[in-house]
Amino acid sequence: MEEKATRIAYGETLASLGETNPNIVVLDADLSGSTKTSVFAKKFPERFINVGIAEQDLMGTAAGIASTGKIVFVSTFAMFAAGRAYEQIRNTIAYSKFNVKICPSHAGISVGEDGASHQAIEDIALMRVIPEMKVLCPADAIETKKMLEKAIEYNGPVYIRLARLATPIIFDENYNFEIGKISTLREGNDVTIAAMGMLVGEAIEASKILEKEGIKARVLNVSTIKPLDKETILKAAKETKFIVTAEEHSVIGGLGSAISEFLSEEYPTNVYKIGIYDRFGESGTGKELLEKFGLKAKDIVAKVKEKL
Amino acid sequence: MFDVKSLEKKAIEIRKMIVDMICAANSGHPGGSLSAVDILVSLYYGGVLNVDPKNSKDENRDRFVLSKGHSAPALYAVLGDKGFFDKNILNTLRKYGSPLQGHPDMNKVAGIDASTGSLGQGLSIACGMAISAKIYKNDYRVHTILGDGELQEGQIWEAMMTAAHYKLDNLVAVVDNNNLQIDGNVDKVMGIEPLDEKFKSFGWEVIKIDGHNIKEILEAFETAKTIKNKPTVIIANTIKGKGVSFMENVCGFHGVAPTCEEKEKAFSELNVCLGKYC
Repeated sequence: MEEKATRIAYGETLASLGETNPNIVVLDADLSGSTKTSVFAKKFPERFINVGIAEQDLMGTAAGIASTGKIVFVSTFAMFAAGRAYEQIRNTIAYSKFNVKICPSHAGISVGEDGASHQAIEDIALMRVIPEMKVLCPADAIETKKMLEKAIEYNGPVYIRLARLATPIIFDENYNFEIGKISTLREGNDVTIAAMGMLVGEAIEASKILEKEGIKARVLNVSTIKPLDKETILKAAKETKFIVTAEEHSVIGGLGSAISEFLSEEYPTNVYKIGIYDRFGESGTGKELLEKFGLKAKDIVAKVKEKL
Repeated sequence: MFDVKSLEKKAIEIRKMIVDMICAANSGHPGGSLSAVDILVSLYYGGVLNVDPKNSKDENRDRFVLSKGHSAPALYAVLGDKGFFDKNILNTLRKYGSPLQGHPDMNKVAGIDASTGSLGQGLSIACGMAISAKIYKNDYRVHTILGDGELQEGQIWEAMMTAAHYKLDNLVAVVDNNNLQIDGNVDKVMGIEPLDEKFKSFGWEVIKIDGHNIKEILEAFETAKTIKNKPTVIIANTIKGKGVSFMENVCGFHGVAPTCEEKEKAFSELNVCLGKYC
């Protein structure tokens, strides 16, 4: 199966969009080689600004450029975007509703060897709680491309969480991504598996394993965490027995929390969470860590069977 | 050069508006608003900023960022007086439902180029505006006013590096150097000197002036226009609370509104000053 990292797709798509749109400006904080803004930077050096290792200045400068009517993409690692520059994103970008697309890569523990300090397990929670901020996480390279195209059409702040590791291609070129819409990848009425980003592939695999055991799981790709596609979630809650959420993120404040918050008001449903249980990451290979932290298909399968 | 006397007179009128609106709000920052008046009057009435109240979103306009956003009353007074919005709303400052938020909100008030309030962020925004002008070969210039206490924020120095690195000679920062912050004298809380040497070592052109001498302020802005390949910082030595004797150099008036009685007292003093200009 073909695999490609969402950050690679980001780098390529950004450079391609830069060709047809002269108003795109890209910023980075000395991580351009990793976040792949380097691809755009090579083609359009005059529209690429590196501020060095200064993430707060990064976001402020991005805002300043956006204030002049440009479409700004800004990247660094998720830890430093959502963490280090949190208040700048909140007070300077979101409050003014500047047209800045915050697209950090290296989110989650799959970052691997760098260890805990670099593994953002709380970025979705942090961004979700900021008003005016749309929070997105593509499942594969194709969705990344479509997401960026849609993000440009929207005038306002957006956070797009990208990953370091290659993930299987799920969609094809005919896929029509819409901000705020969940894509249902597999149908089923026994249980719902609602996944985000890196774990969407695991969710699909889990559903195939479950199917062999006669359990039909509905697999939802929640690529927009905010605003949540309430209609699809509600339908899943009503039509299946319970929901298992799967995210490479803390179980506090991320996808699982977002879905729980909504359903507890509208249609109380059991929402079981596959995610990181309130602990820091650590060094290891990305693949190994996903295994050790219980973020694989087998863990989703085990949770489903435990609760059925 | 603009008529300095008329600008000095305008500055007194602006000071009255500031005291009036903060008193009406019973909330706000008189000290740091008053210390910035002469700089703001020079910018907006002295032909420095190329802006048009009837076309506040003109993409070729000069940009201004009030990085020390708590001095909003001073900016509001100037923008209202210039006609960016109806000046009759000035005394709704900080009231629920008023566009005149406690700190500048660009989506509520015409003439505000960036929302500020959380210190240390405005210079980065100003750099972004200046960088955009360089990339897209636009002639507009960018000015920003920083507080001296605000220079304690690390992000300011990140932006200082950015401005020098990208040779932003279309950017002018003015430090409203009034020597006081909330918890006391700046040099007692967290010393920032030597400022001029710091700025110079960061690659900026440094001009030092009396921040209440309009002629000096205007000359500094003129000089800044001639500086090439580096940004300029004007260290304006000011007095917090300038213009109102019982507020001058008083820490307590950083963020406390004058009472009605204090307002009347301030008005009498300012009216006496105004009288000298008739």
